[in-house]
Amino acid sequence: MFAYIVRRLLLAGPILIGVNVLTFALFFVVNSPDDMARMQLGVKRVTPEAIERWKAERGYDKPLFFNVQAAGAERVTDTIFFRKSLRMFAFDFGRSDDGRNIGQEIRDRMGPSLALALPTFVLGLFVSVSFALMLVFFRATYLDFWGVVQCVAMMSISSLFYIIGGQWLVSKVWALVPISGYAPGLDAMRFLALPVAISVLAGVGSNARWYRTIFLEEISKDYVRTARAKGLSELVVLFRHVLKNAMIPILTGVVVVIPLLFMGSLVVESFFGIPGLGSYTIDAINAQDFAVVRAMVFIGSVLYMVGLLLTDISYTLVDPRVRLE
Amino acid sequence: MFRRALSFLFVGVLLSGCGPVWNDPYPAAERGQNILYSAFTDRPKHLDPVQSYSEDEATFLYQIYEPPLQYDYLKRPYTLIPDSAVEMPRVRRYDASGALLPDDASAERVARSVYEVRIRPGVMYQPHPALAKREDGSPRYLDLSGADLRGVRGVSDFRETGTRELEAGDFVYQMKRLAHPRLHSPIFELIAEYLPGLKTLQQQLAEEAKSNSGWIDLNRFDLPGVEVVDRYTYRITLKGAYPQFLYWLSMPFFAPVPPEADRFFGQPGMAERNLTLDWWPIGTGPYMLVENNPNARMVLARNPNFRGEPYPCDGSPADREAGLLEDCGKPMPFVDKVVFSREREGIPYWNKFLQGYYDASGVSSDNFDQAVTMTSQGEVMLSDDMRAQGIQLLTSVSPSVFYLGFNMLDSVVGGGDSAEGKARARKLRQAISVALDIDEFVSIFMNGRGVTAMSPIPPGIFGAREGEAGINPVVYEWRDGHPVRRGIETAKRLLAEAGYPNGRDAKTGEPLIINLDTTPGGLGDKARSDWLAKQFRELGIQFVVRATDYNRFQDKIRNGSAQLFFFGWNADYPDPENMLFLLHGAQAKVKESGQNAANYINPEYDRLFEQMKSMPDGPARQQVIDRMVAILQHDAPWVFGFHPKAYSLQHGWVLNRKAGSMVRNTLKYQRIDLAKRDAARAAWNRPVVWPMALVALLLAAIIAPAAVHFRRRERATAMAGGR
Repeated sequence: MFAYIVRRLLLAGPILIGVNVLTFALFFVVNSPDDMARMQLGVKRVTPEAIERWKAERGYDKPLFFNVQAAGAERVTDTIFFRKSLRMFAFDFGRSDDGRNIGQEIRDRMGPSLALALPTFVLGLFVSVSFALMLVFFRATYLDFWGVVQCVAMMSISSLFYIIGGQWLVSKVWALVPISGYAPGLDAMRFLALPVAISVLAGVGSNARWYRTIFLEEISKDYVRTARAKGLSELVVLFRHVLKNAMIPILTGVVVVIPLLFMGSLVVESFFGIPGLGSYTIDAINAQDFAVVRAMVFIGSVLYMVGLLLTDISYTLVDPRVRLE
Repeated sequence: MFRRALSFLFVGVLLSGCGPVWNDPYPAAERGQNILYSAFTDRPKHLDPVQSYSEDEATFLYQIYEPPLQYDYLKRPYTLIPDSAVEMPRVRRYDASGALLPDDASAERVARSVYEVRIRPGVMYQPHPALAKREDGSPRYLDLSGADLRGVRGVSDFRETGTRELEAGDFVYQMKRLAHPRLHSPIFELIAEYLPGLKTLQQQLAEEAKSNSGWIDLNRFDLPGVEVVDRYTYRITLKGAYPQFLYWLSMPFFAPVPPEADRFFGQPGMAERNLTLDWWPIGTGPYMLVENNPNARMVLARNPNFRGEPYPCDGSPADREAGLLEDCGKPMPFVDKVVFSREREGIPYWNKFLQGYYDASGVSSDNFDQAVTMTSQGEVMLSDDMRAQGIQLLTSVSPSVFYLGFNMLDSVVGGGDSAEGKARARKLRQAISVALDIDEFVSIFMNGRGVTAMSPIPPGIFGAREGEAGINPVVYEWRDGHPVRRGIETAKRLLAEAGYPNGRDAKTGEPLIINLDTTPGGLGDKARSDWLAKQFRELGIQFVVRATDYNRFQDKIRNGSAQLFFFGWNADYPDPENMLFLLHGAQAKVKESGQNAANYINPEYDRLFEQMKSMPDGPARQQVIDRMVAILQHDAPWVFGFHPKAYSLQHGWVLNRKAGSMVRNTLKYQRIDLAKRDAARAAWNRPVVWPMALVALLLAAIIAPAAVHFRRRERATAMAGGR
């Protein structure tokens, strides 16, 4: 397994370079360094000289990928791509185009993002799996039928409806928790209770249906019939045997998103005023801040690859037949 | 047992910060304190006074820095008065031979203008670590190592602070910062046109910056246009006459910055921790920034060293009636702290305002109908719900103009080089100006929150005319005491005279096509472009929307490849020069990279502009402005759109707020009736607990049959009934 992990980590390097090249190319297809300068300097009274000065100071006055005017290795190294991308592999993200330290921003925002995403993830998983197992337990009864109808109804409603409706009902009409905002420490629970509840509620319909499908497939297998024949209660059959054997498809969808919890949730963070990472990338795209966009895509790629690796490792933990070689 | 303890802990924590209301978003420790609560949507990009140029940032910066001048809070039209200056600057003008000119000398004779600014003695800076000193008088926090900065996240993490008296040299230092190559001041090019030596200084500093990546001591460099006369006086020499310079002296670009702060923040390791002047301003104003988390909350606290400016006593009878003179002579600021919370979305912002957690709010399109009603006479009134809550409405016309510009370089709407072509294009532009019913546009798309523009000059700024004298005679006529838009028949006649009867080229028979270049979110959205198409259809003109992203749109404007475009301008200062220069030939976008996006050039207009810009306000200046406006109305390089109206709501406990977007240092004037606010918040936010019990009952109702069913199944035998 160690060799497998090392090999996967080595493969991550070229993938990250590829992601970097793609991000870079896509960003500069839409935005030119001049556009970035104008966005930072504002639209009032900006002169071409000011734009040139901004570009020169930030290193955006060089060619994108290949410097024909340079000699030797500098043809590649004296370019925007090389100068801006290389240091990211040492997790040095530098400064945003408005001069702020990106690493510091990410560290500041990671906490609130996690504070929202982690309980949402754990609670959401628990509720969805439990609800799905309940539906499976009552399969082919009116409870199963109406449960599925409920799931379809819940997944058909936009998450924005849950957010706006939840804020209006719980915070405005019932005045139980603040509508939006955030505070560090334990006081954060007052602000997180509603967004977590809404996020779980918004996700339970689709998740429970998916898990129900997985469990139903498992429950018709021979080992389940054997377990029942041995006299095990239905609860034991479901939680000890069916759940364990249905873990591979569940882990495929679940473990990969664990590292990405750091990245936050855009919509929920925006509406609830949680100062997390979710909106950081969107803010940067709107501000055409390439430094931040590049850093966030890079981190997203790294976390996604870590997630995939963890998923592979988790298979070996739940299914002894799987070996990483 | 453990589970029960955990539940108690959870509920305890949830309710710990709640008190009488549970949904209070602020810490319990702030309850009952003299704090004003506000919100911001976009994070400020710059808090360095040499860089900041947006309204979002002005909200913070104008409360912290004190430029030499400020606008009188109550007087309209806007009037400049001293701020950190002890009196209005003395201006002396000289001719080319160095002879002093009388005040009424024409601008052509003025070779240089000298502004002498005397500042108030005894003004102290806010407490700041950059000004902290050791016993021997040397700076306390200089040559800091990495270890010294470990754990430092903001200026409040430095244990010691200091202060010192404001000096004239601080103003001079800041003016040198305009040329700093790393700061990219947006007004550098403009000021460099007038201030001798600023461009040279910029080149010298750029050279220095190549070999010095740290702090650059600007005091080592000369700026010939500025000099310190004595500890409390400095002198600015400008090329020629530029009376609008006084308005610039009311902006933070010209506020004092102590060199010690620049040096303090220029130390290695500071910028990596976001410890910069761009993040932590240092001023002499009524407030200082004590918390800077632009992702969540920015907090201004009373500057303990503020000199204590008295509340103004001169106001109009309307001001007296509105209670705006009741605090006459009392020392400002009234509020101890101002907390700005970031609200990205309008819905939570609005709801928190209605709950009393924000003291004031704007009115967006989403909540317009809830907040405001229109009477049958078209008057704006607060809705019954708002009045029941004691909310008040403040309205004012913004010093801005939004317009549809014709690109005069375009052969169809600009007319090309021939006189005949130009005359035809002018008729075409006039026809379109008449056909586009801006009054209807404002009514449909802006809920009536705008005043139809007759010229580029917004109401309230010198030069804007009211009544019959103020209408655009090409588009309107005066009937029964009101401006009435000319009918579509007039537009059709003008179109036929332009050579496009019924929207077709009289020579070729080809349909006339007009292209609107826009961004998808602007006039390019479906409802607005459909409305525009309908207006053009009445003339028989085919209307095409060419929507592109923002960058490509800007490229089109810069290259002069747009045809018709929607633009706006927010005045920097309340002078007609700052609006009429938008059509000055020397500002043409394509030729000069200026602000004249229509690329309109009219030698007579340009001549009058040069004459008008340095004239003092008075009948002579008004006469020149009238002629300029008449030229614009005749040439119609814009479809004069509208001047937006700013609507602002405030709770009844907020005192001393006056509408007027040109005055930006407003927080020091505002006062809060704390008892009234606390009572209202408690009354409006009583927690309703029964729904929690209902939810629990509902859950029980769902779970109980399931549990019964489960138990029945678990107990069931393979053969039901023992068969």
